[in-house]
Amino acid sequence: MTKLTFIAHDGTHFDVDAENGSTVMENAIRNAVPGIEAECGGACACATCHVYVDEAWTAEVGEPEAMEEDMLDFAYDVQPNSRLSCQIKVRDALDGLVVRVPARQG
Amino acid sequence: MTDITRTDVLIVGAGPVGLFAVFELGLFDMKCHLIDILDRPGGQCAELYPEKPIYDIPGWPSISAQGLVDKLLEQIAPFKPDFTFNRMVSSLEKLEDGSFRVITDENEVFEAKVVVIAAGGGSFQPKRPPIPGIELYEGKSVFYSVRRMEEFRGHDLIIVGGGDSALDWTLNLQPVAKSVTLVHRRPEFRAAPDSVNKMYAMQEMKELEFKIGQVSGLSGADGQLSSATIKSPDGDIEVPCTRMLPFFGLTMKLGPIAEWGLNLHENMIPVDTEKFQTSIPGIFAVGDINWYPGKLKLILSGFHEVALMAQAAKRIISPGERIVFQYTTSSTSLQKKLGVVG
Repeated sequence: MTKLTFIAHDGTHFDVDAENGSTVMENAIRNAVPGIEAECGGACACATCHVYVDEAWTAEVGEPEAMEEDMLDFAYDVQPNSRLSCQIKVRDALDGLVVRVPARQG
Repeated sequence: MTDITRTDVLIVGAGPVGLFAVFELGLFDMKCHLIDILDRPGGQCAELYPEKPIYDIPGWPSISAQGLVDKLLEQIAPFKPDFTFNRMVSSLEKLEDGSFRVITDENEVFEAKVVVIAAGGGSFQPKRPPIPGIELYEGKSVFYSVRRMEEFRGHDLIIVGGGDSALDWTLNLQPVAKSVTLVHRRPEFRAAPDSVNKMYAMQEMKELEFKIGQVSGLSGADGQLSSATIKSPDGDIEVPCTRMLPFFGLTMKLGPIAEWGLNLHENMIPVDTEKFQTSIPGIFAVGDINWYPGKLKLILSGFHEVALMAQAAKRIISPGERIVFQYTTSSTSLQKKLGVVG
């Protein structure tokens, strides 16, 4: 199991155990993290699972692909560390990953 | 009085479940008319993820969403359904004879004995960009579509977005508006490369401005914009403007159906699991929009729901008629309807 931490907009921490191969979004939904809507169900088609990757983790998580960048155009207050959580796959190297949930999803 | 379109069953929503309803209703000789807010059939499958594979359609180990829509259209073709696209249903009224009158946002009038709501997550509507206070300007100086280009003549216009709508309107409104500023959060665009090149060429000629950034605030009074604040990599910039066109894609909203007097459960429509009928007899709800204990939002489940719904709809449309259960594999009468035997 890989540990993930979601920090909700009000500062609440959600520490969850995630299975490798699942997406960060799926783990947010499974654990009812507030502020992750995932309207399209993970098809990279809606930009409502937007998160900010903690600065310490941006290099390991990596950059969004072109399709995800296109979708991020629809998100609110996009930052250099913005990602769509449905496009981040959980793996061993992400053990301890911290992501923040933005004030709103579009 | 406007022309009235009459049909047996009016289906609201032309996604996969609405399309397959035509098949099940057609087997019982009910004629269908579908209304959809999009400009083509397929719903979310066509709009959100046409290229994505679906793996849980029985008999199809993998099929693209658009591929499924194409196959469904082929399957229902024998029943010759009618379609009205680019329309949202707005009002519903029960008539004295028990049928329903449904009026669209463009005032077309439909009358049907049965209404089937197959509206998925709701109707697709332009996404409101998350700019504080934007709703104060909507419909007055902030618009989500261009109905008449004249409304922009002589205005300082800001267009926000990086897709085809944003780029096309930037190019088309440039000769009409007093000034055009395109705002997009990055120098790469989703729009057609040709439009992007044209935009850069016009920027070169100082015919328009392109700013990288995100709109973070609006100023103005009484619904009339006077300027927008743009959060750019070089800090906040204030751009004077009197019109804004944000193009932030589409989202789904239940819309006017919420006002039809149906019982609702968290923006979904509760139904029974025998007929998939709503709290108003004669109005059914199928697919992602309905709710019952154990509901799963699967296309697969929607297909099952329409088969049962069709039985109940038939009893309303042909009361007293005996309903014979038949298989398409062996029934020559069903095969005639499908056009596979003479």
